[in-house]
Amino acid sequence: MKAEKNAVLTGAHFIDGDHAACEGAIAAGCKFVAGYPITPSTEVIERIALRFPLVGGVFIQMEDEIASSIAIQGAVWAGKKAMTVTSGPGFSLMMEHIGYAAITETPCVFINVQRSGPSTGLPTLPAQADMMQARWGSHGDYEVIAIVPNSPQECFDLTIRAFNLAEEYRVPVLVMMDECVGHMTEKVVIPEADQIDIVERKFTKKPPGEYKMFETNESMVPEMIKVGDGYRMHLTGLTHDERGYPAMSPKVQQKMLRRLVDKILLNEEKIRHIEEDEVEGADIVVISYGITSRVVLPAIKKAREDGLKVGHIRLLTVWPFPEAYIRDLAKRVSAFVVPELNLGQIVHEVERCAAGHAVTRLVPHAGGAVHEPVDIYDAIKGVLEHA
Amino acid sequence: MHEQQTATAEVPEVKNPVESLLRMDRMPHIWCPGCGIGTTVNCFARALEQSKVDLDKTAIVSGIGCTGRVAGYLNLDSFHTTHGRAIPFATGLKLANPDLKIVVYSGDGDLFAIGGNHFIHAARRNVDMTVICVNNLIYGMTGGQVAPTTPVTAKGTTYPYGSYDPPFNLPFLADSSGAVYVARWTVYHVHHVTKAIKEAILHRGFSFVEIISPCPTLYSRRNRLGDGLDQMKFYQENSEIRHGANTKDVDIDFQKKIIVGKFVERERKTYRQLMNEHLTSVFGEQYTKYEG
Repeated sequence: MKAEKNAVLTGAHFIDGDHAACEGAIAAGCKFVAGYPITPSTEVIERIALRFPLVGGVFIQMEDEIASSIAIQGAVWAGKKAMTVTSGPGFSLMMEHIGYAAITETPCVFINVQRSGPSTGLPTLPAQADMMQARWGSHGDYEVIAIVPNSPQECFDLTIRAFNLAEEYRVPVLVMMDECVGHMTEKVVIPEADQIDIVERKFTKKPPGEYKMFETNESMVPEMIKVGDGYRMHLTGLTHDERGYPAMSPKVQQKMLRRLVDKILLNEEKIRHIEEDEVEGADIVVISYGITSRVVLPAIKKAREDGLKVGHIRLLTVWPFPEAYIRDLAKRVSAFVVPELNLGQIVHEVERCAAGHAVTRLVPHAGGAVHEPVDIYDAIKGVLEHA
Repeated sequence: MHEQQTATAEVPEVKNPVESLLRMDRMPHIWCPGCGIGTTVNCFARALEQSKVDLDKTAIVSGIGCTGRVAGYLNLDSFHTTHGRAIPFATGLKLANPDLKIVVYSGDGDLFAIGGNHFIHAARRNVDMTVICVNNLIYGMTGGQVAPTTPVTAKGTTYPYGSYDPPFNLPFLADSSGAVYVARWTVYHVHHVTKAIKEAILHRGFSFVEIISPCPTLYSRRNRLGDGLDQMKFYQENSEIRHGANTKDVDIDFQKKIIVGKFVERERKTYRQLMNEHLTSVFGEQYTKYEG
């Protein structure tokens, strides 16, 4: 399936990441956005509000982020592709509905343009400090997919990918931008509509009576229906059986939860999205994501000029974490250096997967700006000395 | 909120007159003897039949709590959402498919404590939906805590010496927020309830029906008001029908007169009408209407 021609702004644009994410959503077929203004994400919904009347979409500014994050799920069950957009404080308010989307397997997209926290923090300045919240923020066990662009071009490309993954796995997909990426203006090339691959919702062909809401085959992802088609569906945030009916037993819980988690974890390699640079033969590998993946470049260059064998891995998809990949790599390198705009989040995953085979060194930053490349350079230089 | 165990049992032999609208494979329901919620469901089912709406195009959305379980027992497209969030979910559903008839069916705690903000905003926007609130003046599912509807001096487990927390007057709140249809009845008034739900469903815009209902297990027991039947007698003796009453005057005081009736019936453009008319005036033919 290809993108809708009249919705795609084909051409070269000079726009910021927030606007590019908006165009990505429209190109992906998003027709419903509910949002609440919050810096530094507001430009996404502002552009949605400008563009939607011309492409057959509905935008509604809700009374808060809680309402926004559940209104989109109503729209999904009415058959639409939908998303909401926010930043830290709003993301915190949305947590319950990430859980609701996870347990009800409602495909939807959440964009979080990260700013520094906790609480109101630094509203206009960047951070990458919601990465663990993205993974663990709602109560209970569940899996999501989280993807991290590092440029306006990727805000466009990866927002489309987010919608496609949401449909493929029936899971909430989180686009974890940051203030820098959201507000930086760069060239964004939007291809012809027929060059953009879109994953359509997999509606069942089974008639009412034969169809069960959560029956699955090997794919582990049930087929969908929408309201108004005569299925008389029931959807609940309670633990439920294949019919979608509440079933309060450990046995049903085990079966349901195992599948919710496995449909993502067992497909991690398929979902994986990594960029490698000179990783083969490297002693030290820098692992980065988002805006930080651009800040590390001069540090890596300088270290290589010093004769160090430095590789670079960029995570474009952070959740599910590429566990098997990092485990394997840890046996072939001496050290990982992990700079992030927080005081240590994804580094814990790297360290866990390195499992003692490679030294893991965090380069922390409390947020509000990006790293000084020299701090990353010093970490690269020092990681083996202090090992 | 804490969810309790759902029992399953054999399908009963006796036919319920509204059986076609119920999910009989989920019976028996979880509600206590003497609870009024089942009565409201019966009224709702009859109202739906009488209103002749397309049942395949009718969706019911509930929040969490005793009344929150209604969606799960109705043989319609049905959603048991999160606590307090039935209305914004329903807003998304309605805007994304305007052909649907949307009914939000939930309790007083769900709709007016945790969900209060959504209620007033949906009423302000005049989103085309019907909100049915079963008001039992207490939190039932969690065991009898005070709600924002509990009359002052009534006891709940969180105000064990009697509540001093002033309650909402729900019809006044709905009226002043912009609802186009507002009625209140008790579960004693089954014909009025049925008629009110039918009218609300057929009235375009944000309509609101409050149904006062007994909670014998928690509210009545803690306040020594007898059983379900005693509460019905109380409703019979103390309800005063006053159609068109000023909603400011319909507060509920502990064990005092309950003013019931149809209080508000008016016309306002719905959110979708306003959106389409305005954007058409701005863009003309360029405006791409959202297809259902």
